[in-house]
Amino acid sequence: MELIRPTININFIDRTRSALIFSGVLILVSIVSLVLKGGPRYGIDFKGGTLFQVKFNRQVAISDVRKAVKEMGIEAGLVQNFGSENDYEYLINIEAAIEDLEQFSDRFREHFAATFGKDSFDIRRTEAVGPKVGKDLREKALLAVALSCVGMLIYIWYRFELRFGLGAICGLVHDVLITLGALSLTNTPIDLPVVAALLTIVGYSVNDTIIVCDRIRENMPKMTKKPLRNVINISINQTLSRTILTVTTVLMATLALFLFGGGVIHDFAFTMLVGIIAGTYSSIFIACPVVIYWEKLFVKEKKGLAKRAL
Amino acid sequence: MAQSLKWRALVYVIIIGVALVYLLPTFIQVPAWWEKYLPSDKISLGLDLQGGMHLILEVDTEKALENTLERNGADIEDLLYNNKIPFDHIKRISRTALEVALVDPETKDRVKQLLEQNFPALKHEKIEQAGETVTFTLAIDDLEARQIKKAATEQALETIRNRVDQFGVAEPSIQIQGEDQIAIQLPGIKDPKRAIELIGKTALLEFKLVNDEVSVDEALKGSMPADSEILYQRDVNPKTGEVKRVPYLLKKRTLLTGDRLVKAQVQIDNRFNEPYVALEFDARGAKIFERITEKNIKKRLAIILDNNVYSAPVIQDKISGGHAQITGRFTMEEARDLAIVLRAGSLPAPVKILEKRTVGPSLGQDSIRQGIRAMIIGSIAVVLFMIIYYRLSGIVANLAMLLNIVLLLAALAGFGATLTVPGLAGIALTIGMAVDANVLIYERIREEMRLGKTVKASIDTGYSRAFLTILDSNLTTIIAALFLMQFGTGPVKGFAITLTIGLLANMFTAVAVTRLIFDYFVIKRRIKTLSI
Repeated sequence: MELIRPTININFIDRTRSALIFSGVLILVSIVSLVLKGGPRYGIDFKGGTLFQVKFNRQVAISDVRKAVKEMGIEAGLVQNFGSENDYEYLINIEAAIEDLEQFSDRFREHFAATFGKDSFDIRRTEAVGPKVGKDLREKALLAVALSCVGMLIYIWYRFELRFGLGAICGLVHDVLITLGALSLTNTPIDLPVVAALLTIVGYSVNDTIIVCDRIRENMPKMTKKPLRNVINISINQTLSRTILTVTTVLMATLALFLFGGGVIHDFAFTMLVGIIAGTYSSIFIACPVVIYWEKLFVKEKKGLAKRAL
Repeated sequence: MAQSLKWRALVYVIIIGVALVYLLPTFIQVPAWWEKYLPSDKISLGLDLQGGMHLILEVDTEKALENTLERNGADIEDLLYNNKIPFDHIKRISRTALEVALVDPETKDRVKQLLEQNFPALKHEKIEQAGETVTFTLAIDDLEARQIKKAATEQALETIRNRVDQFGVAEPSIQIQGEDQIAIQLPGIKDPKRAIELIGKTALLEFKLVNDEVSVDEALKGSMPADSEILYQRDVNPKTGEVKRVPYLLKKRTLLTGDRLVKAQVQIDNRFNEPYVALEFDARGAKIFERITEKNIKKRLAIILDNNVYSAPVIQDKISGGHAQITGRFTMEEARDLAIVLRAGSLPAPVKILEKRTVGPSLGQDSIRQGIRAMIIGSIAVVLFMIIYYRLSGIVANLAMLLNIVLLLAALAGFGATLTVPGLAGIALTIGMAVDANVLIYERIREEMRLGKTVKASIDTGYSRAFLTILDSNLTTIIAALFLMQFGTGPVKGFAITLTIGLLANMFTAVAVTRLIFDYFVIKRRIKTLSI
């Protein structure tokens, strides 16, 4: 079977402008959303706070749970369904920084027992993170993402050339920004598993770019007479089939996680989905044009210098 | 070529065999002889899968520093008493400094010498003289302070480990994290609240005399003697649940602490049928206790735990042998936990909970069920896709993927790594990424065949050309995973580990093993067409 015919010849490079506009719009939407919502929405892992996962064994509406949380005098409480609506299972996210974690858990349990009846619910998970740990983790996570980007750059620089590395990094920043935007638009809190997904995207996005870059490098000595943009376009077309196929298999696995993996892994899978799609798109439409622009810039500069020398 | 085929096959079979040996104990009950000679570690499940509690505690090391300084102050007091040197006061003036004020300038040099001899760790910051009063300012230097803090964290770890061991938790993990934090994992714990109370209690046991010279009311009104303090007894009415706080006026000086305990056991009081904790001191403690009771007959001796007065019985007679007891309307459970913390020793400084995560066992089971379901559905989709797209070669790739998962699980078991919810996600992702390498190879082979090359030549070029690409793409993902491992805690680390092992195993299964299969068909069966 063949999805992509070997004779395929799509002119990707001439569509760069519209692709850049498309990406620009997506990134703009992401940034606007991030700015309007006051930065990324951190989960309790990074912000500090308390999360309770409560499963009721009778019908309890989400509005009643919200009311009960409000009665405790907590304004910054967010109540969400966990799993399907008919499970009567809720995630209660309390984002306020709490100093005495232990005492607060007790108060929560007592209040729910008084409101809903002692045996009508089961607290299946509690997570309480102090503000200090949250801040530490946030710094560490940012550092990990930044360092892994640098790691990628150095690796590709070493294995290929600097311009490919820069192309890959631009693609990567593009993917991470769009993924962050998607998280912000869907109000998905960023916690540890989501950062794990972001880092995997960092790896995977480069992975896709490498497949194309590898081919460009292979073709360059063969096609010395063709301009770089044509070599790149041929290379993209030659690798299009494998780019699409590899992303298909990974998407299948991720989609299965997203749909069937359960609530604990849901946000992780969502982040991966967005990132993988963005990563595939960017390796063709962002990383490659950057290589060309870099070339243009570099060549122009040389000419300019030559003129000045005259 | 045919010869090398045999050798390669042998090596691969051995590798796969070893993997199966590591993997088997996770899935079936292995016989006794197996446990004796072969690896029998199972893949351990993380807290998020089996339920349990994860805690991060911060040791208040500043307080440990203060405590050390307070103790030094008390020791200096003893030293001056014993040398009959009069002094005005000795007090702590900051976190790291003590002030010793002498009344007689004549004694200055002698005190200086005594302090230098007995307290070499204390720096003489300044010595001032104002009229008759000579004031020494003594400070702990930075190096010493750091040492004290480090020791405090280490001792806290040791104490908590003792307590957890005595509490009885299977496979706890207790580790120092950073400078002053302790990370604790207690799998399968049923009563997190009780565990926290047991772990977090400072459990500083002190014996102090009750000051009977001034009444408590007068002291509360403001005429507090300089050598005394007010501490409270919590009295809970068992019927109404009402809490009463009874004030006691106590001499500040600690006569004896829990450091000298050798035994603490729960016993039942015959008269009231109430449990109490019986204490036994070591030889030196027993002697101190004897001296205290001898000197203070008819006075009251307060037993204080973490600044709460438990009881203050009147000393009827000299008590030798070093036996004492703590009473206080305990439930059996409370008495048992108190005995544990006293036996395990006190924490050198209070601890604060920075992070607490508990997962109930039912949620963990749900996560396992759903994770496995997602994995099965994902792999069925991938398997079908590969067969439809690449036909027989697709089956070879699927075989490699299956083998990849087997090696990954075997490595998890072999390294004693922990499987977490994100780890399950890592396995699911590996399923998707495992066939990536084969897609790269197959697409390349197809390309070469389109150029009119023979099957053998196409396979040769396909593998050699695709290999570097596979190496590069796997390595970049591994680089990202390594950074994740550095920063990630618990579950996230599990994800990074599974992803890394999965990708490493991928280089073997997707490249080496499939190559062997193709070589077999090309060399032995001399196939002329390829189902790809």
